[in-house]
Amino acid sequence: MDAVRQSQPLDDTDRAIVRATQQGMPLSVTPYRVLAQSLGLPEHEVMTRMQRMLDSGAIRRIAAVPQHYALGIRANGMSVWDVDDRLVDELGQRVGELAFVSHAYRRPRHPPLWPYNLFAMVHGRSRDEVENQVAEIARLLGDACRGHDVLYSTRLLKKTGLRLAG
Amino acid sequence: MDALDRDLVNRLQDGIPVAERPFRPAARELAVTEEEVVARVERLVAEGVLSRFGPMYNAERLGGEVTLAAMAVPEERFEAVSELVNAYPEVAHNYARSHALNMWFVVATEGPGRIKEVLTDIRERTGLAVYDMPREQEFYIGLRFNL
Repeated sequence: MDAVRQSQPLDDTDRAIVRATQQGMPLSVTPYRVLAQSLGLPEHEVMTRMQRMLDSGAIRRIAAVPQHYALGIRANGMSVWDVDDRLVDELGQRVGELAFVSHAYRRPRHPPLWPYNLFAMVHGRSRDEVENQVAEIARLLGDACRGHDVLYSTRLLKKTGLRLAG
Repeated sequence: MDALDRDLVNRLQDGIPVAERPFRPAARELAVTEEEVVARVERLVAEGVLSRFGPMYNAERLGGEVTLAAMAVPEERFEAVSELVNAYPEVAHNYARSHALNMWFVVATEGPGRIKEVLTDIRERTGLAVYDMPREQEFYIGLRFNL
């Protein structure tokens, strides 16, 4: 089993915490206490479990999630790259660290239709800004990259939150 | 949005700790009270500047599976196939994109094994190839919207 699909089992209490917070934390100066009260658990138990989920990567971070559109970030491109397999992990990491890249993943190719193995979502205020960002990625990848494309979304067909720990 | 709102959005994208008073570090850095921070976050969520404030979960690490799938759908069948795909509760997002592979959707399931079933089902019902592109490696996510 590969690293990313690997699962870490949660118990029922963890799942209750996930269900209660996947739309957001209570907004309070003591959010863990408010959350614990709503779940009928001691505050320290909720905090211990959430810290464990942070440490294991089940929670990436507990943070503000900006709405791209409201911030004027209207141009979103899925840039895709055909990168030398021997270098893709090292270079993918550097691409992911660029400030305008929101997600960067290695995914399988499906040749000949789909030769690309590195995906990087880029975000800007305009299509021009995105094209400049794509050029910056191209410079970073250099000769290790044999080709690339940028797929813009033309229409949102469905969007719901991920349903977790239902 | 005023300057403090912008500073807050920038600062809080980095996250808060698990602590009894988790907003205290950000409040100190910005020289405001924790109450002010919380009130502003509440307003920024209400105004839609923030889509939410809370844990960003990694579905796979919670025991589920997620994949990205793509299909090349003939234009005249696009609406019907879109409807068929979107009807699966496991399909979380679906975007039309400018490419021969013109339909891209995320499938997320709560347990193992179900992804393959959903993709096979879509392939059989549409007669179209479904390209499965699971993440094999996730790289550090560095996005910050600096306002």
